[in-house]
Amino acid sequence: MSDSTSKPRREFRNLDLELIAVKYRLPTAGKVSILHRISGAILFLSLPIILIPLFAASVGSPESFAALGSGFGGFLLKLVLLVLLWGFMHHLCAGIRFLTLDLHIGMDKESSSKSAKIVLGASIALTLIFAIKLFGAM
Amino acid sequence: MATHEKIGTKRLVVGAHYGSFDFLVQRMTAIILAVYSVLFLVCALFTSINYESWKGFFTFTFFGLPMGQISASLAFFSLAWHAWVGVRDIWMDYVKPAGLRVALHVLTVLWLIGSVLFFANIVWSL
Repeated sequence: MSDSTSKPRREFRNLDLELIAVKYRLPTAGKVSILHRISGAILFLSLPIILIPLFAASVGSPESFAALGSGFGGFLLKLVLLVLLWGFMHHLCAGIRFLTLDLHIGMDKESSSKSAKIVLGASIALTLIFAIKLFGAM
Repeated sequence: MATHEKIGTKRLVVGAHYGSFDFLVQRMTAIILAVYSVLFLVCALFTSINYESWKGFFTFTFFGLPMGQISASLAFFSLAWHAWVGVRDIWMDYVKPAGLRVALHVLTVLWLIGSVLFFANIVWSL
């Protein structure tokens, strides 16, 4: 009891971005959740300015398809695509996890923590697999 | 129910489950997108990607129907609706001034309608 009176517990009120990002140690499930939101926002913002123009070039003609991966622009494009590919994979994997949680599958603390770790790992693994596949074709 | 808790004669201000519809839309569109994405990724993984095979994802036909275009359009429409619910949630969580929030909602809708038209124009002229 003397401990709690001499040294009050830290209180986390009004969670803001700084608190979430810097001070508060988020559990893995919390990291998956905020990354789900961030990746969704990135995909939303890139949609009409990066993703659809790229799609237009990729299906436009064999020449515009071939031009996508070439030169220094092709290298920059691959870096951007790597980020967007991860965003997509994370959003997909985390989304499937949330759908199973909606069905009350894996709701207890241990399995939800485990599935959160699987989501983080699987999205990175899938990103690498499809980056190799995609960049091989570019 | 006191009259001041309603807008007009029917609409409740709170507690009428208006969020349930968006909740369900978010899940239904998520399932459509997940199915389309997984099929797309599996096809991509087991075919060699070149211009013809890539274009074929969006132009294949099934019994004479342009199923590549139809499925891509359905998926993209789901994507836009899914993004609307999700992005609106972000604004509602972090942006409190009503005027700014409405402005962001309008911009979001324009952004997504523009995307749908842009995408439809590309896919249906293949």
